[in-house]
Amino acid sequence: MGGLEKKKYERGSATNYITRNKARKKLQLSLADFRRLCILKGIYPHEPKHKKKVNKGSTAARTFYLLKDIKFLLHEPIVNKFRDYKVFVRKLRKAYGKSEWNTVERLKDNKPVYKLDHIIKERYPTFIDALRDLDDALSMCFLFSTFPRTGKCHVQTIQLCRRLTVEFLNYIITSRALRKVFLSIKGIYYQAEVLGQPVVWITPYAFSHNHPTDVDYRVMATFTEFYTTLLGFVNFRLYQTLNLQYPPKLEGPKDKDGDDEAYAMDSESSLEKLSALSASLARVMVPVTEEEAEMDEFPADGENAEQEEGLRKEREAQDRHKRLFEGLKFFLNREVPREALAFIIRSFGGDVSWDRSLCIGATYDEKEPSITHQIVDRPLQPTPVIGRCYVQPQWVFDSVNGRLRLPVEDYFPGVLLPPHLSPFVTEKEGDYVPPEKLKLLALQRGETPGNATESEEEESEEDEGEGGDEEEEEEDEEGSEKEDEAKLKVMEEQRTLGKKPQVTMGTLDKRRQLPQEEENEAKRLAIMTMRKREKYLYDKIMYGKRRKVREANKLAQKRKAHDEAVKAEKKKKKKAQA
Amino acid sequence: MPPALADIRNTVGNIPLEWYEDFPHIGYDLDGKRIYKPLRSRDELDHFLDKMDDPDYWRTVQDKMTGQDVRLTDEQVALVQRLQKGQFGDASYDPYEPAVDFFSGSMMIHPVTNRPADKRSFIPSLIEKEKVSRMVHAIKMGWIQPRRPRDLTPQYYDLWAQEDPSAILGRHKMHVPAPKLALPGHAESYNPPPEYLLSEEERLAWEQQEPSERKLNFLPQQFRCLRAVPAYGRFIHERFERCLDLYLCPRQRKMRVNVDPEDLIPKLPKPRDLQPFPTVQSLVYQGHSDLVRCFSVSPSGHWLASGSDDHSVRLWEVNTGRCLKTIPVSGVVKSIAWNPNPAICLIAVAVAESVLLLNPGLGDLSATSSTDQLLSAFSPPEEPARQPVEWQEASAEEHGHGLRLRICHNKPVKQVAWHGRGDYLASVVAAAEHTQVLMHQLSRRRSQSPFRRSHGQVQCVAFHPSRPFLFVASQRSLRLYHLLRQELTKKLMPNCKWVSSLAVHPQGDNVICGSYDSKLIWFDLDLSTKPYKVLRHHKKALRAVAFHPRYPLFASGSDDGSVIVCHGMVYNDLLQNPLLVPVKVLKGHTMHRDLGVLDVSFHPTQPWLFSSGADGTLRLFT
Repeated sequence: MGGLEKKKYERGSATNYITRNKARKKLQLSLADFRRLCILKGIYPHEPKHKKKVNKGSTAARTFYLLKDIKFLLHEPIVNKFRDYKVFVRKLRKAYGKSEWNTVERLKDNKPVYKLDHIIKERYPTFIDALRDLDDALSMCFLFSTFPRTGKCHVQTIQLCRRLTVEFLNYIITSRALRKVFLSIKGIYYQAEVLGQPVVWITPYAFSHNHPTDVDYRVMATFTEFYTTLLGFVNFRLYQTLNLQYPPKLEGPKDKDGDDEAYAMDSESSLEKLSALSASLARVMVPVTEEEAEMDEFPADGENAEQEEGLRKEREAQDRHKRLFEGLKFFLNREVPREALAFIIRSFGGDVSWDRSLCIGATYDEKEPSITHQIVDRPLQPTPVIGRCYVQPQWVFDSVNGRLRLPVEDYFPGVLLPPHLSPFVTEKEGDYVPPEKLKLLALQRGETPGNATESEEEESEEDEGEGGDEEEEEEDEEGSEKEDEAKLKVMEEQRTLGKKPQVTMGTLDKRRQLPQEEENEAKRLAIMTMRKREKYLYDKIMYGKRRKVREANKLAQKRKAHDEAVKAEKKKKKKAQA
Repeated sequence: MPPALADIRNTVGNIPLEWYEDFPHIGYDLDGKRIYKPLRSRDELDHFLDKMDDPDYWRTVQDKMTGQDVRLTDEQVALVQRLQKGQFGDASYDPYEPAVDFFSGSMMIHPVTNRPADKRSFIPSLIEKEKVSRMVHAIKMGWIQPRRPRDLTPQYYDLWAQEDPSAILGRHKMHVPAPKLALPGHAESYNPPPEYLLSEEERLAWEQQEPSERKLNFLPQQFRCLRAVPAYGRFIHERFERCLDLYLCPRQRKMRVNVDPEDLIPKLPKPRDLQPFPTVQSLVYQGHSDLVRCFSVSPSGHWLASGSDDHSVRLWEVNTGRCLKTIPVSGVVKSIAWNPNPAICLIAVAVAESVLLLNPGLGDLSATSSTDQLLSAFSPPEEPARQPVEWQEASAEEHGHGLRLRICHNKPVKQVAWHGRGDYLASVVAAAEHTQVLMHQLSRRRSQSPFRRSHGQVQCVAFHPSRPFLFVASQRSLRLYHLLRQELTKKLMPNCKWVSSLAVHPQGDNVICGSYDSKLIWFDLDLSTKPYKVLRHHKKALRAVAFHPRYPLFASGSDDGSVIVCHGMVYNDLLQNPLLVPVKVLKGHTMHRDLGVLDVSFHPTQPWLFSSGADGTLRLFT
């Protein structure tokens, strides 16, 4: 035959992958440096399709990187900086050991630093790519900006994170890009639409963290290093698109805020004022007209007309959504989360203020008569001011998610709040839809909330709250009870009848059911004849479907039981009162 | 010391003296003559005498350089003694004499040296002055500037000013972008709808689960108002886990199976198009008080004979469900078979260790009488051959019950099967040897054991409907024997654990067998010895299978209480494979002692199906 002997594992997928240790040796880096490089360059392990082939016949658990990725890392200029840094640390240690303080000073001044600009450009060749990957960056920066200034990581990093996040929030406010907000038990989720890309981030509630010990802060710091660079460039570009100055400056003459100088030093006060989120930003050049460019009307085809119509409606709805709080004046009490609420209200066009002693940037006082809503999170309000609504903070969140100003009655202070639903869930057919969601959908369609049971419930709730015309209600209730009893009797009779051996020929019924049943049986028989592999797949799919239904049913059942329990409780209370 | 002796010294220099060991001399004198070593012929005795006589013996040593004996002087002895004690060699040396400091630590009023200071220490250095002036000049000119603190605040600019969407640097087609985190659902709300809160049991179950197995990674909670919401303890953890996922988690592109489950179901001809087949239960034959293990339909299709565990054989009228006769037998009826010859009215019943031949006396009188005539026409041969079994005539009392003949085996009989013409009868005996299958000839009352060797325990046997073949099913295989040539024709491998039953297609080219591991195996004898198709329709063990003699139907009864009727069309065209379609699942028998249906059989002419079950009934499906 002749020819060279073919050796195993010298071609094919075995040559495309490299284990982590081999990659590290190839790059001549320590594990920590390798890790940092992978994080910065966005290199991740790959799971080969045939692990045993790649692993040269062994089944040991190994992490594989793509050889191309590693070769790509070989040309990275940052690797040299890492080596420089290693040398720097060695020299510094030596100088410390010899107590040569001048040398220490000099070395520290010449500490090697690296820039990540080229990596950002490389990982995100277009701006849209960067926006698509912004979720983690934002969440991480928001988390780091809440860290204490001592301890876990460099102060500069924390300050930078704070600055960048505040800049981003200001951009969202100015561009009115916020779409959805959600109060979860983990934190507050926000969803904004930035240049058509949905961006979701989560901020923790404003409490101090108790730092876990089993978390490697070096890894997080490396990620943050990358994310701050990314966010900085993204912010710059976003500000540019809106014609805003970067670094941001507040609108209005400077000499006006003379009294705030006592509050903080000049360098800090600008960031503080910016982070108050209450004033708008200065533009590079004042636009002549605020009007957005009108969409040109295209002559619609017959087919596309409906689509166009839908799109137009959607656009209009969005415009209305953006101006949700326009014309409203809010005042935040000191017990509500100021930053979150100020951000949300401002990004839907409302005016917001707070107590002057609470934070810098308050624009009007509590006594201002033009305030329309005051956000309160305490049960009692000693002297309510006439002419404004006192609402709990959930009203703002639910209104934003519902895309309309919800009726404020359900959100008065001290009232049992309606459930807060996640705006991120879109129920498909067959999924469980909570009744509150149905109510909201009805409201959105413009219907008044009102199938019979709900109105009854509301009435009874009002009843409890005011203690007004009880007797009428009682009579009503009694009447309904009588009706119920009558119904029950009929039901019982039916039951007892059903137990007796009765011959009821359901001929008509059967005829209607027969084809259906035949069909079902044919299907069952066909399922019997399926091949083993297909049967397995089929069973798996059907199992998943059935599980979904089961879960939905379970939720519905739970809800029903809960509602019944609540009703029974109410009745008992009423009886006790009577 | 004499001068001649004193003159002797080492003239060889500093060389190893071993070189001279074998010579009598050591070196040469000035005249070139050898210097001889002193004679060393002294033995131990001489040494001893010297030791005794010579008082200086102890201080005499031999000089290795010259070979002379040297007597040590007193000073030398003292030196040796001092060295031995570890003292200094020099006796006059005092190691402990008092130390005298040259320089004391105390400051003295006078300098140690009285040299006046240099002039240059008072004059400024010219070189340094030059250096300083150069620096000053450089500062003046602005060449040297104070070190500015480094600006560490990052500078941002428009990074994507010239973006090139086609430049995908360093990315390849294997790149898998990181999946986004799942968005929160209603359960994560601080004030979720009440149905999303976990009940007590669910909460306990959640706590007992491994953190990685939990469906929700948090406990849904409800808070009255926003003020009451605490900090989430695992916030940093979750961000950290996300980071780990991003850089440590191997990524793989997986294709999601996006199949409509309806597409997976094979398209079969509609059962409606394959009619007739039995669809509804129309009659129940009640009367037996125990399991009905077996039954048989008469060749005319009017009568039914069933054997049960309650030690009786019952005869039924098919159309009415009436029990016509009950014949008590001495044991459990294992198998029953009606003679297929329509001219003869005879039933073979396997009870305990014997096969009974009954004449039920039903139907056509001529048939019953001709049967009796046939049986009585037998005249024993003059010279009775040795037989493995014993043929016995029935007693008068038994005759009244209809019993005509009794074939006594010495082992329990499991099954009986008639040959198509009705003269031959095969019986299966539960024995370990080769005599498991016995063939009986009715007309000559002769029996023989056709096999010389056993191939495992025989489960059941069946005759080929048209050719002289016998199918023998053992536990794991199915053998086809040619009866005339007396040889093995084929061995079929059903690939199942334990064959339970066997049925032959009326045309004889197809065989089905049921197995206890709930499979029904269809063999096409023309195709191969491997199964043509394995049908796993039943959930439990198959007990019986049957072919319809006319219609393309076959049925299987199982322990799960159901009978499945399938359409099994065999085409005359050899190129077309049989078409097997299940058409009906018949349910009716109730489960009893984990047993469901025990036997199934078709009506000889109608598309009707009989089944017998563990609940003591027979059912007719039409």
